[in-house]
Amino acid sequence: MRTLRDRVGAAAPVFGVLLLLLVAIAVVNPNFLEPASLLAYLKRAAPLAILAVGQYFVIVSGEFDLSVGSLVTVQVVVAARLIDGDESATVPVIVLLIGLGLLVGLVNGLITTRLHVPSFVTTLGMLLVLSGAVFLWTGGAPRGSLSESFREPGRQGIDIPGFGQVPWSALILIAVAAGAAVLMRSAWGHTLVATGDNDRAAALAGVPVERVRTTAFVLSALAATVAAILLGGFAGVSAQVGEGLEFSAITAVVLGGVVLGGGRGSVLAALAGALVLEALFTLLNLLGVSGALESTVQGVIIIAAVAYAARRAGRRRRPPAVPEPSPQPA
Amino acid sequence: MTALAERVRWAPRLATGPAAGTWIALGLVVLLAAAIVTARGGDYLTQANLLNMLSRTTALGIVAVGQTIAILAGSLDLSVAYLIGLTSLIAAEVMAGDPAMIVPGVLAVLAASALVGLVNGLVITKLQVNAFIATLGVGLVIKGILESRYEGPAGSVPVLFQRLGYDRIGPIPVAVLLMLAVAGAAALFLHRTRAGHHVYAVGGNVEVARLSGVPTTRTTVLAHVICSLCAGVAGLYLASRLGAGAPYVGTDGGYDLESIAAVVLGGTVLAGGRGGVSGTVAGVLLLAVLDNLFDQLVLDAFFKASCAAP
Repeated sequence: MRTLRDRVGAAAPVFGVLLLLLVAIAVVNPNFLEPASLLAYLKRAAPLAILAVGQYFVIVSGEFDLSVGSLVTVQVVVAARLIDGDESATVPVIVLLIGLGLLVGLVNGLITTRLHVPSFVTTLGMLLVLSGAVFLWTGGAPRGSLSESFREPGRQGIDIPGFGQVPWSALILIAVAAGAAVLMRSAWGHTLVATGDNDRAAALAGVPVERVRTTAFVLSALAATVAAILLGGFAGVSAQVGEGLEFSAITAVVLGGVVLGGGRGSVLAALAGALVLEALFTLLNLLGVSGALESTVQGVIIIAAVAYAARRAGRRRRPPAVPEPSPQPA
Repeated sequence: MTALAERVRWAPRLATGPAAGTWIALGLVVLLAAAIVTARGGDYLTQANLLNMLSRTTALGIVAVGQTIAILAGSLDLSVAYLIGLTSLIAAEVMAGDPAMIVPGVLAVLAASALVGLVNGLVITKLQVNAFIATLGVGLVIKGILESRYEGPAGSVPVLFQRLGYDRIGPIPVAVLLMLAVAGAAALFLHRTRAGHHVYAVGGNVEVARLSGVPTTRTTVLAHVICSLCAGVAGLYLASRLGAGAPYVGTDGGYDLESIAAVVLGGTVLAGGRGGVSGTVAGVLLLAVLDNLFDQLVLDAFFKASCAAP
């Protein structure tokens, strides 16, 4: 139990901020506390929160994944084109999307770890390749449409008697969060954090650093696949569906107190970071700041949050903007 | 013995600088592109096509030169794309179609860019915020300003100023010369001035640089101011091309990530301290050639598809 308290203690600010924001929303709009609107909030937040969980694995291992936004777009566009309204195609296409996610994550991970290309560059290249492929394939306007059953997880829910409808995305989010928390408490989770903290030391201690990092990239791409399925149902098909999501996910992770460069921070705090972002958008909407200055407020808040964390950490040393590339194996 | 042989084999390449690899790759890709296009019945090495590539390179080239200096200092700048949109609007609104306002317009753009660079640099050095987050945050702040104040293109640029985007001296567009001038000035700054050497020192190792008496804070801030100034110049160029300011001209062009990609392609190390402007120019040209090849192939496919449709 102590480890849990330590973990929550280290990440306390983000949970405090989340609570504060939720209370503020409830004050502005008392209806927010009803289960239906709380669940609707979770449903809106689920795709970003799942992406943040995936991004957490990569960041805590000391790397970056800039390709998730374009991967989401590719998955949605490919799904619409291949399903084209045909119900029977739903399951095979979902299997194909998972395969595509696995492939993208594997390529990201192998190029980063085996060829020693900085992950910022690897995943940036992947971003450019994927968005180029989407453009080439669609010419800017995606064709086809998703089937009803494909859209079900993103927009429908399961009816629970006496409680109302619980959205599938909220349930999927809870499952992902629980899975990630268990994973980070397992031996693999510890080796992941050790790799991000000091990969040379981890390698000398017998951690298969390259495999651990590659797995992190694969998990991030799989998270993007799940987010794409939810977003396809929730937001519909467009060639812009994943735009900027990589930065939102990284922002969420950093808001959760996870240190860029790896080795520190918890996955639930990263997830809470995504909930904070979504709560912030909800609050700004309620206050009538909608759209316009939303980004400005978001920008100021992420800078303030990281500056506050830096002050608390009291470190004089400025961490590098981008982690050093993975070292040659010892 | 093998090691020595290897060193001898690599010596000529090292002697020509770390950017040589990118220039060689550029040459190979141009040949490859020419071969592909010629094989498909096109004519690649025409003056029109080469100039088309060059002028599309101009804006990215100017931004990427600035980005090189930020990256060499161990930092990076994700706010350039939004800054380009903002400066194109500032230029067009201050000038408002009046040739007499060109100079104030340019000065206003440079002042605004310098201010943004200053903020980036100070947030990174004084607030100890990671450069990735700091410049992303500043970019979001600018994005919010753009979104709240503008819905589309605004202002207008006098015809005289549009000549920057369209005039040629002989066969060469003025803007390409502008890009080369910016690159040359950056190279001089990096290799011939004390502050330029400090940029490499800070990017190599901040702690060592600080202990050696390098003013690290001032150097990082200066690198960011220069990077933002370059983005401002790119905004001016784009405003002169468009004849107006456009809030999303920077983000639509993907100048933030593409400029970083060009710098890295050019052999500059993302962690800072090693690399230079020459490689970046090669990297930008390499991206332009690939882009152009892609375009020709897509247009071809599009043409075929639309022919097949009826």
